[in-house]
Amino acid sequence: MTAALDASPPAAAVNALARRHRLRPLEALPWLAATAAFFVFPDYLPLGAQILINILFALSVDLILGYAGIATLGQAAFFGAGAYTAGLLAAHGWGEPISGLVIAGLVAGIIGLLSGAVILRTRSLTLLMLTLMIAVMLQEAANKAGSITGGADGLQGMSVWQVLGLFRFDLFGRTAYLYCLALLFLGWLAARQLVHSPFGRSLTGIRENEARMHAIGSPVFRRRLVIYAISAVMAGVAGALLAQTTQFVALEVLSFERSGSVLIMLIIGGVGRLYGAFIGVPLYMIAQDRFAQADPVYWDFWIGLLLIIVVLFARTGVLGLFEQLLRRWSPRR
Amino acid sequence: MSTALSAFVSIAFHGLAYAMVLYLISVGLSVTMGLMGFVNLAHGVFAAAGGYVMTRLMAGYGVPFPLAVAAAFIAAAAGGVVLERLLYRRLYGADDLAQVLMSVGLIFMSVATAKYLWGPLAQPMTPPSYLSGQVDLGFRSFPTYRSFLIVAGAVLVTLLWLGLERTRFGARVRAAVDNRRMAQSVGINTAGLFTATFALGSGLAGLGGALGAEILAIDPGYGLEHLVYFLIVVAVGGLGSIKGPFFAALLLGVADTGFKYLLPEFGAFFIYALTLAILLWRPQGLFGRA
Repeated sequence: MTAALDASPPAAAVNALARRHRLRPLEALPWLAATAAFFVFPDYLPLGAQILINILFALSVDLILGYAGIATLGQAAFFGAGAYTAGLLAAHGWGEPISGLVIAGLVAGIIGLLSGAVILRTRSLTLLMLTLMIAVMLQEAANKAGSITGGADGLQGMSVWQVLGLFRFDLFGRTAYLYCLALLFLGWLAARQLVHSPFGRSLTGIRENEARMHAIGSPVFRRRLVIYAISAVMAGVAGALLAQTTQFVALEVLSFERSGSVLIMLIIGGVGRLYGAFIGVPLYMIAQDRFAQADPVYWDFWIGLLLIIVVLFARTGVLGLFEQLLRRWSPRR
Repeated sequence: MSTALSAFVSIAFHGLAYAMVLYLISVGLSVTMGLMGFVNLAHGVFAAAGGYVMTRLMAGYGVPFPLAVAAAFIAAAAGGVVLERLLYRRLYGADDLAQVLMSVGLIFMSVATAKYLWGPLAQPMTPPSYLSGQVDLGFRSFPTYRSFLIVAGAVLVTLLWLGLERTRFGARVRAAVDNRRMAQSVGINTAGLFTATFALGSGLAGLGGALGAEILAIDPGYGLEHLVYFLIVVAVGGLGSIKGPFFAALLLGVADTGFKYLLPEFGAFFIYALTLAILLWRPQGLFGRA
């Protein structure tokens, strides 16, 4: 009996683990900042809504990449599927936004489930290629089915109704901003619950040591598939938000550039930390807004250089660097 | 000649020319991926660089075609050496994602650089007079330049196979692909081999980009636009092989030409679907080892 007592983990570790999923005061910061931005920068609300949408999209990538270790080059497939679903609904007489989001999320989730069921059986480069193939296939389908999707000209003629029958999408983007903020908050809550749940912990286990998870009887394939589908739903909702708030869907929502740029934003912020998206996306998009308008050519150059530097010297992103600094400055115990 | 047969001959001819270009560009990617396990999405950048060197030398300085093509090979190979030493080497053995992102960064920088130096438009490619026009083969005439592409491609493929099968360098490369640690322990300088292979692969891509400038137009977005096709050749062919990508390029070149000729309303959709099916059936590619 005493041996069992001795083997019990130290109280500090128990506390640290128990504290993990408790809300910390710092976690209110992004929401305070987003709310403050609404009042301080009324002229930049459309950009703000884009940022919020991309944070949700990046969060969906973080779930599979950061927690389950599934690298993807085709997350735009689900973003685009959600955008086109919401767009087509609104263009064909059903402009109710919230049910539009739900249906868009479901469609993206079903595509994620079906494609994941076949492609998640492969690994590394083959898996990367297959995620890319799914996205380029959808893009080519949307491009060629011009009579339905508008093809390269984009989907026009959407009319989105009032949110909850109360809030009209206004010219200044106030409703759009708050609508996106509310959805991002819900998405973040869900993601946070998910990664701290036993299911989420087992995903991290699969990422770190798949053989061991098999050995202890964890249904590895099913767990990877489930998180892939959940991530697809989230990406689909993000795409639908973009469609509804801009009332337009361009072919670009399915492009490799979109899959790539969301990865870049996430990497800059920090992968597998839940908050990487909240740092990386605003940094990237505000910088893009400032510099790319002046000269898109320079922007491509510097973002490429930044990416190489981040990959070579700061794999953990801004959040990782921040943690390192904190650790260095905090007194040793 | 019946129209169906004529269409078939056209598809086979143009598909073959296209396949040669795809193969020349992609074979280096296959070998470097198999050898170093590096997911180098920026491989198309070397092809674009070769294309720019050739078209600019010909249009801007009146350099003759053969010299310009040679310069394209040398410039791309030299660029390959520099980048391998500076950047790629640091990420050997890193995870796929890091390699993917680093190479995407390179693509972005190259797109911006090309736009800055040569503008956003495609570089016109005018074959020399002795390679333009049509060549008459008795039953039918074919465009001369594309016939030249097929012949040049076939010669290069043969040289490459002989080089890999019959020379000491080729034997070293094969040994390192098969078992890098073992190759290292018997005294093969794998680091040097990596650089040399990378340079050769980049050079061939430059050559392919230059020769193929008439089919795949040279513009700043080149490295990104055609990336999916290069990756298909490599993934379907199987990593580390030089035979696999050849058959994959043939398949892709002919099938793509055929689909776009017969079913233009579906674009590249069936090519992607076919790739998906092949990779699900054989995740290692048609000629890759499990």
